[in-house]
Amino acid sequence: MLKIGVPSKGRLMEKTFDWFGARGVTMRQSGAEREYAGIVEGVDDVELVMLSAGEIPRELSAGRIHLGVTGSDLVREKLADWNRQVTEAALLGFGHADLIIAVPTAWVDVDTLDDLDAVAAQFRRHHGHRLRIATKYHRLVREFLTDRGVADYSLVDSQGATEGTVKNLTAEAVADITSSGETLRANHLKILSDALIHSSQAVLFLSHQADWGPSARRGLAGLAATLGLPLQLVPTDGPHQV
Amino acid sequence: MTPKTAIRAEAEALYAAIAATGAVPVEADLLLPAETLLDLYGEDIRARAYVTHDPVRGEMMLRPDFTVPVVQAHMAHGAEPARYCYMGEVFRQQYHLGPRQSEYVQVGYEVFDGTDPLAADAEVFALFADLLAPLGLRAATGDIGILRAMVQGLTTTERRKAALLRHLWRPKRFRALLDRFGGRAPLPESRVTLLAALGRGDDLAACITHTGLRSEGEIAERLLTLREDAAAAPIPAAEVVQLEQVLGLSDKCPAALARLSAIAADVPALGPAVQRLERRLAALAAKGVDVAGLDFEASYGRTTMEYYDGFVFGFYAAQQPDLPPIASGGRYDALTAVLGQGRSIPAVGGVIRPGMVARLKGVL
Repeated sequence: MLKIGVPSKGRLMEKTFDWFGARGVTMRQSGAEREYAGIVEGVDDVELVMLSAGEIPRELSAGRIHLGVTGSDLVREKLADWNRQVTEAALLGFGHADLIIAVPTAWVDVDTLDDLDAVAAQFRRHHGHRLRIATKYHRLVREFLTDRGVADYSLVDSQGATEGTVKNLTAEAVADITSSGETLRANHLKILSDALIHSSQAVLFLSHQADWGPSARRGLAGLAATLGLPLQLVPTDGPHQV
Repeated sequence: MTPKTAIRAEAEALYAAIAATGAVPVEADLLLPAETLLDLYGEDIRARAYVTHDPVRGEMMLRPDFTVPVVQAHMAHGAEPARYCYMGEVFRQQYHLGPRQSEYVQVGYEVFDGTDPLAADAEVFALFADLLAPLGLRAATGDIGILRAMVQGLTTTERRKAALLRHLWRPKRFRALLDRFGGRAPLPESRVTLLAALGRGDDLAACITHTGLRSEGEIAERLLTLREDAAAAPIPAAEVVQLEQVLGLSDKCPAALARLSAIAADVPALGPAVQRLERRLAALAAKGVDVAGLDFEASYGRTTMEYYDGFVFGFYAAQQPDLPPIASGGRYDALTAVLGQGRSIPAVGGVIRPGMVARLKGVL
């Protein structure tokens, strides 16, 4: 049986169901609306697993699901060397959002990473601690800033309402996902012009680690044929080489 | 023997050999107060430290490195000159899949002795070279002091020099700054617009709600800085070329010294640093190091060794370039100044990774 994990609620779930539906694979929640069990029709040897989008990267990495739909940002953030653990089987074209760095609009002297870096040095001199950037995307933000050679900052964890951290004086800048930028503007923040860390969208991922036995392969072949996608296993250094 | 037992045995042998030179054994806690340390370390170690919470002592971290706790212990209880040896685990999170360990043993030696810092540099290197001699490693050396002197010698503002010195350890940004200050890269469009607005005397803060800890005064201060910087003359092209020549210098020590001496004839600020290099090479030779065969790379240590500010060195397995250094170290006077809040002590030291030694010896 091939297990496919999809988001268990919200717009991401609806859009995922729409995407598969448009291609001949019907997905729906079974029973009550709040029950996290799903039914898939139109293809054999495939089982639907409803999961929180945030858990799907981990489930793919552990090989407990063969395929999974989640944001490309979450996979890059949560999995070490993500492209050695999963393959992007299809970009689904929805759930677009950008991971960016934003600073107070009042910082009229700041527009680029170069400015942010210089301000970080100035800030540390004045305040005796590093300039704090609130985010839940620690890996992506750190890799990005390290690569660009920004210094004298520190990341502080913020799992929600990140835009409010600047006003609350728990951070000086934020690195967060935005689609329209409205929440940022409402909180008197502006986006740096050269700090687009990642353009995220919903992606169908394929796990390298899952047990790709005969029935899972049949499920994959069936899905590939119905969806009209070239879904196939790629050679990996995992235990189930193909 | 299990791998850990083999590594422990290797560590104890190295530790005993260092202690036999008269170094005083020193212990450091495994759990260290996080706050002061987090602020001191460069991004690399900082991001990779395991931080945990203690209900009474607050944020604590698993020891990511010995140097800082050893310096702290020395400043609290010791007196110069002092020589210490230590052995134990350090912990670093790994962000990539692969064989790199997140927990490994280090054996180290630190010298706090200002009588003859160059002799102390040579002493640490020569001791490590002796201990590691059976492995046939390649040694790399460098001198952050040479790079600092080159930057200090540039014909430009103190502020630009400070910005370059701050980024000695981040080559990409250093390069971007040098291109900007040398007039080779244009200002970003937004900066041009900003400077034009400042030139017209526009009120930039009008109708903008101030938010956050960074004050309006700080913003005004930086705007002034930007205007001053825009008026500064570019660093002369010939000086940029010279700096690049030094950054790219990689040769055996005698040839590197000759090259640097020639450059110092043009750049007086480089003179004292070159004399120190020359005297250090003499000190190394006096300790029996084959200086003629020793590699010198001016940019060595620039990407990974942020708290070192003088002599730097590392030992590598020539046949396995993907392995981390078997041993590394250097001089870190500036770090002691930060730790001592003004009180600085001349400090040089290094660590050996017994796990790597055991692996190269084939006992793992």
